[in-house]
Amino acid sequence: MRYLAPASVDEAVSALAAEPGKTGILAGGTDLLVQMKTGLIEPDLIVDIKKINDLNAIRRENGGFRIGAGVSGAQMGEHAELARAWPGVVESVNLIGSTQIQGRATAAGNLCNASPAADSVPALIAASAVASVAGPGGTREIAVEDFIAAPGQSVLEKGEIVVSLFLPSRPEHASDAYERFIPRTEMDIAVVGVGISVDTSAEGEVKNARVGIGAVAPTPLLVNEAADAIVGTKLDEEALERCASAAMAACSPINDKRGTIDFRIKVAGALAKRVAKRAYCRARG
Amino acid sequence: MNKIDDISGTEYKYVGTRPVRPDGVDKVTGKAQFGADLYAPGMLFAKILRSPHAHARILSVNTDKAEALDGVKAVLTYADLELGDGGHDLEDDMNHVLENVMARGKALYDGHAVAAVAANSASIAKRALKLIDVEYEVLPHVTDIEKAIAPDAPIIHEDMYTQDMDPKPEKPSNVARRMEIGHGDIEAGFEKADFIFERRFRTEAAHQGYIEPHACLANYRSDGHAEIWCCTQGHFMVRSACAALLGMDLSKLRVTASEIGGGFGGKTTVFIEPVALALSRKCGRPVKLVMDRDEVFRASGPTPSSVIDVKIGANKEGVITAGFAELWFQGGAFPGSVIDLGAMCSFACYNLENVKAIGWDVVVNRPKSAAYRAPGAPMAAFAVESALDDLADRIGIDPIDFRLKNAAEEGTIASFGPKFRRIGLKETLEAAKASDHYNSQLGPNQGRGVASGFWFNFGGTTSASIKIELDGTAVVTVGTPDIGGSRASMCQMAAETLGIPYEDVRCIVADTSSLPYSATTEGSRTTHSSGMATVYAAQNAIGVMCSRAAMIWGIPEDAVDWKDGHARPSGANAGDFEPMSLAEIAKKAHETGGPIAGHCEFEAGKVGQSFGTHIADAEIDPETGFTKIVRYTVIQDAGRAIHPSYVEGQYQGGAVQGIGWALNEEYIYGEDGRLQNAGFLDYRMPVCSDVPMIETEIVEVPNTGHPFGVRGVGETPIAPPLGAIGNALSHAIGRRMDTIPMSPPRVLEAVNGG
Ligand SMILES: Cc1cc2nc3c(=O)[nH]c(=O)nc-3n(C[C@H](O)[C@H](O)[C@H](O)COP(=O)(O)OP(=O)(O)OC[C@H]3O[C@@H](n4cnc5c(N)ncnc54)[C@H](O)[C@@H]3O)c2cc1C
Repeated sequence: MRYLAPASVDEAVSALAAEPGKTGILAGGTDLLVQMKTGLIEPDLIVDIKKINDLNAIRRENGGFRIGAGVSGAQMGEHAELARAWPGVVESVNLIGSTQIQGRATAAGNLCNASPAADSVPALIAASAVASVAGPGGTREIAVEDFIAAPGQSVLEKGEIVVSLFLPSRPEHASDAYERFIPRTEMDIAVVGVGISVDTSAEGEVKNARVGIGAVAPTPLLVNEAADAIVGTKLDEEALERCASAAMAACSPINDKRGTIDFRIKVAGALAKRVAKRAYCRARG
Repeated sequence: MNKIDDISGTEYKYVGTRPVRPDGVDKVTGKAQFGADLYAPGMLFAKILRSPHAHARILSVNTDKAEALDGVKAVLTYADLELGDGGHDLEDDMNHVLENVMARGKALYDGHAVAAVAANSASIAKRALKLIDVEYEVLPHVTDIEKAIAPDAPIIHEDMYTQDMDPKPEKPSNVARRMEIGHGDIEAGFEKADFIFERRFRTEAAHQGYIEPHACLANYRSDGHAEIWCCTQGHFMVRSACAALLGMDLSKLRVTASEIGGGFGGKTTVFIEPVALALSRKCGRPVKLVMDRDEVFRASGPTPSSVIDVKIGANKEGVITAGFAELWFQGGAFPGSVIDLGAMCSFACYNLENVKAIGWDVVVNRPKSAAYRAPGAPMAAFAVESALDDLADRIGIDPIDFRLKNAAEEGTIASFGPKFRRIGLKETLEAAKASDHYNSQLGPNQGRGVASGFWFNFGGTTSASIKIELDGTAVVTVGTPDIGGSRASMCQMAAETLGIPYEDVRCIVADTSSLPYSATTEGSRTTHSSGMATVYAAQNAIGVMCSRAAMIWGIPEDAVDWKDGHARPSGANAGDFEPMSLAEIAKKAHETGGPIAGHCEFEAGKVGQSFGTHIADAEIDPETGFTKIVRYTVIQDAGRAIHPSYVEGQYQGGAVQGIGWALNEEYIYGEDGRLQNAGFLDYRMPVCSDVPMIETEIVEVPNTGHPFGVRGVGETPIAPPLGAIGNALSHAIGRRMDTIPMSPPRVLEAVNGG
């Protein structure tokens, strides 16, 4: 096994593209190293991207935020403007693992690991986040909801890496929220995760909404029907019920050690209502 | 804090205080040496190959390719282990231990050891494991009790016929044994009942969850002598078991217990130590073997899971007229679940005229169970305490009053035979009733539960020695590993007896060659048994010091008394001499006959049972089934708390482990018979933020059999939580909860009427 710490994206891409064996990209390593330790993967080449300076910063761009692929959850939490504009995304990243994990773990790594239960992904989906990808064939942009193909599998091709995640600018009266259900209070994996972003009028009517849900299907989902249920409303009980029903209808979970089908669906509905309310309250200040 | 002793009427200076533990600094600075912390020159690293199948015949094991790998020094299979004569001092059947340590003929559970490798590095050893070819014939498996006792179940041991049955069964089964205890006539008792509760309860297996995985370093020398360094609750047990499994002479093996990162009963048997020792014997090099966490879950010794049918009758006045329980415990792939202890604990808290418990020891394709704090008691208490809660509701009596009315006390004949001496159950119930917690208001979606629990406490073979140093300090040597602060307690008891400051006494846990036999730290026996041995050894040393003073003064030995750390003439007739301090006598030791020491080797008896009562408040989220324990109080009779902080620590720890077991911890097996959650991510032990500060109250009803009144306290605290939390949740939901763990899906189902 070889370890490489390139100084540029180009160098990283060429090394990954040229490697005939298995490769692993090391961002925070909080998934990768665990998977190596348990023997799940045995890469021949590890490319550490945290040494690429460009990837370690959060930059403002067109009123939005470009978050480098090497930026840790802790860095995101400490970025006051980001936390004000996208509190839901930031809270989703900041409940990953523990303080120690957040010092290393990246949002890009959370996405690239492609787990159906990844915490930041429903929040990123709700936020209309876009991943910027560099590869041997150039660069491309992929919407987060299109990024995960199957459990543990992203749409990235050989040699491609995520360079950054982009979060758009926020109008006034807009906000987001994320909540997950776990049987414990921390250090656990989402049994259901819901991220919702809303954009409201001066009068308090929901103009636009996006709903992302995780851990209830093979991949995290963008649920337009749940968003449609609250658009044009002031989030009355009935709208919330419709939002919950739509979220529940989108679920296709499995029975496993973390929860039954019935349980996950019910909890998805309960969370959809709670998260919608929180996002809305934040948007209304 | 001085306290009047109810037993001897003297004041205590050190017993009952809270000094700093002697092992504390090393532990918080990272200097303490645990099982994996020892290195030896030329040391090799070992790894174990484990069965991926729940039940399979092993047709062949080919190790040629592994042995040929560069850096591999030894490969081990069952053929390298052969049972010698030995291990008779241990409770386990050594044939079963041998087969559990390394599968012979059949792999009996997912994770069962099949072969092992010692190599220059852990990564070479890992690679070598992949080169071992094992040919399996996969057999049908069963991991669930109810399926294992069904008539069409796959049979795990073709030669196993249920023992103690009349008539003898004609066919083999997965039930190893039947047992029964009780007295009176339960049928007559149920006739007299106005209310009867009857229900089936189930509990899933839990793991002790100790933070330190099993680890050892074994070194077999060319002269046939060997040493083991390991984390264990009983190094004498490790010596006996390893010597038996390797066919060695007991005296040629020296075992040293490292510091231990938790055991809770799970380190009262051997798993890897014989393997490391046999590998070392094969290649003549020291071998280190450390389990990974998933190996700990798959192949150490969790608790039994259980199925319990309980039936209890009571009259309108709140008197229990009859109690009956039938319990099935699976102890994994071998006989010997703690069914007897479970059955005996079922009704131990109550004074019943008519009582019976029947137990069935079941085998399934799971790892061989080991002890876990009060083994068997929590499951039994869950069923019985739930029943009592329901009956109290129906009778319309306060649940604590109901228990008080039926509580065991001095003179009660226990369901399992003996008559209790002075015990403190009623005192804990009265304290619970008077507590701030019990009298506080509940919030919305909250429920309160009460439960009592019991543990026998063990005595047994014990030794201790104490030496008086020339500088006037003392060193106590015991053979029981310190898993809960026992060294501090030994120092306190020795200081109290000798009459010298706590800081002047040190305590070490000696290896198997340095002290006579001492049974394992288990059964809450250490502060009681090693404590007694320490006191007697100190008294023995005091006798020597009195004789030295007598010699110096030129008076008869029996004319000298010992008080407050000084030898004194016993009365006016003995002579007029200034009292001589321990330090003064110690200083002159070499002029008065040589070193001064005391020792004690004995069978500790006169154990004092410990009873406790817990109060739990649970709050549910009716939309998600999430449960939060909002308040929790443990009240328990300690007899005497030598070091109250460590007693409180035991109460809190037992409650927290009980909360985990009650709400989320469980062994989850898939259809394929493989363990699904062999890690802390999905084996959900509580984290700090999951539990409230556990409130404690120490009740002290001294055990008259112990010089300071000690009862063991380590196990009783885990007996009541499943019941207390079950009762709290049942009240919060309005439905009786009967299955452990009461995880969010189960709670939500109950909320929705399922
Ligand atoms: C104790 C613990 C607790 C955890 N708790 C949570 C939790 O609560 N919620 C949760 O969602 N997750 C949790 N995780 C998982 C993990 O921490 C997160 O998924 C984390 O965000 C991964 O980020 P990373 O930077 O560490 O990724 P890494 O481990 O470095 O990488 C993850 C995967 O993505 C690939 N990758 C990384 N960066 C890129 C890139 N720029 N381009 C292409 N591929 C890339 C890697 O090759 C690898 O396959 C936990 C992990 C641990 C160890």
